[in-house]
Amino acid sequence: MNSLPVWLVVLPLAAALLAVVMPARSAWIGVLAGIATFLVAIGMAWQVAETGTLIHALGGWDPGLGIALRADPLSAALLVMSTLVALASGWYATGYFTDKDQQARFWPLWLLLLSALHAMLLSADLFNLYVTLELLGLSAVALAALGGGRAAVAAALRYLTVGLIGSLAFLAGVALIYARYGSLDMLFLARVIGPEPATWLALGLMTAGLLLKSALFPLHFWLPPAHANAPAPVSAALSALVVKAAVYLMIRLWLDLFAPAVSPDLAWLLGLLGAAAVLWGSWQALRAQRLKLLAAYSTVAQLGYLFIFFPLLMALPAGAARETAFGGLVLMALTHGFAKSALFLAAGVIQQRAGHDRIEELGGTARALPVTTFTVALAGIALIGLPPSGAFLAKWQLLSSAIAVGQWLWVPVVAVGSLIAAAYVFRVLGYAFGPGEGARKALSDGREELPALLLASVATAVLGLGAAAVWQFLAPMALLPGAS
Amino acid sequence: MMPFTETLYALVGVGLFALGLRGALLRRSLLGRVLSINVCGAGVFLLLIAIAYQGPGVPPDALPHALVLTGIVVAVSATALALALGRRLREADHE
Repeated sequence: MNSLPVWLVVLPLAAALLAVVMPARSAWIGVLAGIATFLVAIGMAWQVAETGTLIHALGGWDPGLGIALRADPLSAALLVMSTLVALASGWYATGYFTDKDQQARFWPLWLLLLSALHAMLLSADLFNLYVTLELLGLSAVALAALGGGRAAVAAALRYLTVGLIGSLAFLAGVALIYARYGSLDMLFLARVIGPEPATWLALGLMTAGLLLKSALFPLHFWLPPAHANAPAPVSAALSALVVKAAVYLMIRLWLDLFAPAVSPDLAWLLGLLGAAAVLWGSWQALRAQRLKLLAAYSTVAQLGYLFIFFPLLMALPAGAARETAFGGLVLMALTHGFAKSALFLAAGVIQQRAGHDRIEELGGTARALPVTTFTVALAGIALIGLPPSGAFLAKWQLLSSAIAVGQWLWVPVVAVGSLIAAAYVFRVLGYAFGPGEGARKALSDGREELPALLLASVATAVLGLGAAAVWQFLAPMALLPGAS
Repeated sequence: MMPFTETLYALVGVGLFALGLRGALLRRSLLGRVLSINVCGAGVFLLLIAIAYQGPGVPPDALPHALVLTGIVVAVSATALALALGRRLREADHE
C-alpha cells in the first residue's frame, strides 16, 4: 500500500481550509502547499517509474465498497505537469492581486481547484470522477468570476450552466454503467465491459458531457469569454489544466476503460471535430484583437490536435507504433499545458504593466518588457510546434502515424494549423517589437516575469530535449487491449 | 422481466432528464435555465433510485441511494453558485 497519491489530494485540501481560517497568510500557505505537492508528484512519478502503477484503497476498504486511487504513468505525468504549472502560477499570483480581499478569496478556491484536479487524475472510481468533475467545475467557475467585472461574471455563469449540463450527462452515463455491470470500480469494469447497447449509450452520454467540458469544436463557444476575462493566473490554470482534465477523461474512457466497445468510425468523428477545431480556433486566434482572447482561441485549436490522435491510435496495431503515438499525444498535452500557462501569465504581465492587452497597441513591449516578450516567443515556438519544443516531436509523431495508417486527411490539417499558429504568434511579436510606449508602469520584482519564463522554457526546451524520457515513462501503459 | 414500477420510475427519470435538458439548452432566462438543470438532475436521480430496486421483499441496493445523496449536495451547491452569480450580474446591470 502506498500513500503518496493520498497526499496529493489531502495537502491542497488542508491548505485550502487553512487559507480560509488565516486569510492574511493565505499566499504563504498556498505557495508552500504548491511546493509540497510538486515534490510529492515528483516522488510519486519516480515510484511509478520504478515499481509500476500504484493503487491505494482509501481507508483500507477494498474497491467495490471502498474507493481506490490509482497512479499509472499517464496520471503521474499529468500530475507532475499540473503541480508545476500550479506552483508557477501561484507564485505569480502572489504579486498579481494587489487587493487584499481578492487575494484572500483567491487562495482557498485555487487550492480547492487543485485538490479536485489531483483527485480526478488519481481516481479509479466512476462516481468519484463525477464528484471531482463537479468540484473542479464549481471552483473553476468561482475563480473565473473573481475579476468581478460584468463580462467576467456573465462568462462565468455561462461556464457554470454548460459545465452542469456536461456533468449531468456524465452522471447519467455512470448510472447506466452501474445498472448494467453493478460496479463503479474502473479496475473491475475494464475487465467486464463489452460491446453492447447499454455500454454504447453510457459512453455516448459520458462523451457528450466531456466534449462540452473539453470545448471541442463546435462546443467551444463558452471557453474564449470565460478564459479571456478571468484573472491571469486563473486563465493559466483554466486553459492549461481544467480543460485538459476533461480531455484526460476522454483518453481514459475511449482508450482504456471502454476500449473493447468503441468503434474506429466514431473515433473518426472525434478526429474530424478535432480537425475543425484546429482550423477554426487558429483562424479566430489570428483575428483576435486582444492577447488573452488570442491565447484562449489558441487553446481551442491546440485541444483539436489531441482529438486527431484518437482515430490514429484506434487504427494503429498494438505494439511499438501505437506506444509511440500515444507518447506523442501525452507529450502534446504536456507541452500545451506549459506553453499556454506561460502565455497567459505573460499576457497578465503585459496587461498590468501596459494597462491593456490590445495586440495592435503592443508597440514598445519588447524594449520595456524584454523578458516577457522573450517568454511570449518561447511559448509561441511550442504553440507553432517548432523544434526543439515538445509539440514539434508530438506533431511529427502525429504526421508519421497518419501516413503509416493511410489517414492522409490529417496531414494538411496539421500543416495549415501550424502555419496559422505561426502567423498569430508572429503577429503579436511583430507589434511587440514595433515602436511605442510599451509599459507605463515599471516592474516591481522578478516574481512577475520569472514564473512565465520558467513554464515557457519547460515547454520549449525541457520537454523537447527530454522527450525520450517521457516516452520511456509512458511505455508501460498497455492501452486499447481489445482492439486489433 | 423487469417489474412494472421499476420500469415506470426509470422511464419517468429518462423523461425528466430529456425535459430538463431541453429547457437548459433553450430557456433564455437564468432562473428558467437553473430550474431546468435541476429537473434534469432529478431525472438522473430517479433513474438511480429505480436501479436500486432489487425485487419484492429484497432490501434495495444502498449504493445508488448514496450516489443520489451526493448528487443532491452537488446540485444544491451548484444552484446556489448560479443564483449568486445571477444576482451579481443584475447588480452590475443596475449600476
